[in-house]
Amino acid sequence: MHEMSIAQSLVDILQEEMVRNNANSLKSVKLRIGKLSAIVPEALSFCFEIIVSGTDMEGADLIMEMIPLRGVCLDCEQPFEIEDFAFSCPHCSSPNIKTISGEDLSIVEMEVE
Amino acid sequence: MKISVVKNILEANDRIAQQNRSLFDENNLTVMNLMSSPGAGKTSLLERTIQALKEDISLGVIEGDIQSSQDAERIARMDIPVVQINTGGACHLDGNMIRDTFGEFDLASLDLLVVENVGNLVCPAEFKVGEDFKAMILSVTEGDDKPAKYPLMFHESSVLIINKIDLLPYVECTVEKIREEALKINPHMTIFEISCKTGDGLDAWYEWLKQEVRTRKKAR
Repeated sequence: MHEMSIAQSLVDILQEEMVRNNANSLKSVKLRIGKLSAIVPEALSFCFEIIVSGTDMEGADLIMEMIPLRGVCLDCEQPFEIEDFAFSCPHCSSPNIKTISGEDLSIVEMEVE
Repeated sequence: MKISVVKNILEANDRIAQQNRSLFDENNLTVMNLMSSPGAGKTSLLERTIQALKEDISLGVIEGDIQSSQDAERIARMDIPVVQINTGGACHLDGNMIRDTFGEFDLASLDLLVVENVGNLVCPAEFKVGEDFKAMILSVTEGDDKPAKYPLMFHESSVLIINKIDLLPYVECTVEKIREEALKINPHMTIFEISCKTGDGLDAWYEWLKQEVRTRKKAR
């Protein structure tokens, strides 16, 4: 249940941003959640709701975009989707690959009033 | 009003972990984050490792548990510095909890600090503590389907220690399947097959760990 710690970190950042932008309430926040991060979206939503209840963030929508895992081969240079968490190149079988997306756990945008 | 905020949600923890790492580097100290599910043998492996290496390298241990100080008491009996962290419910250690223990150690006198994380195959993989590398234990009684079920843990760990191989005749699990599945997720993983009960395979682990500490010391 690391979603509680992650939700707390998220709320800390949102709070800072709200102060910085003189915002009174939070309408929504957009997140990018990579497939590699072991986040259960429902659990994160649930923890977020608990933490923000009674604050100026209560009722805000948590919009989560799930990001697929993609990699590029450092040998044959072809990009590919990493399926079933197989971290090697499906074209040339090389283990030398670089993950280019899907490790994200980030905030991209918030809507405030 | 829409505000664009591009920020890693775990940046606060990552920042503290980075500060911890800098302090470890200044003290020429190798730090291993040891993870596994509960009961896989983290503390048993540590006891064996300390016994075998304490003449050659100076070790310290941070024990992470939700509750109780039983693990720290086991390590303290071996006469090396140990600090118990009780997370009081949290399922993993984070950078901040590790930083809070620094007053308890003479970091400069240590060669290797082992952080024994809370027993859990999910959450500890997500939170850096400032380690040089992550090592994980999988015991054969847990089954060879675990890499496929907990890919992040296997992806993040550079070392996999397969424990309890003495029990292989009694379980539906093969070391070949664990190896195959783990290497699919992390082709660069270093793998050891051991039994903390019989001592099988431990010499190779001790040698590797000793070498790792020496190499890192030289590199700094």
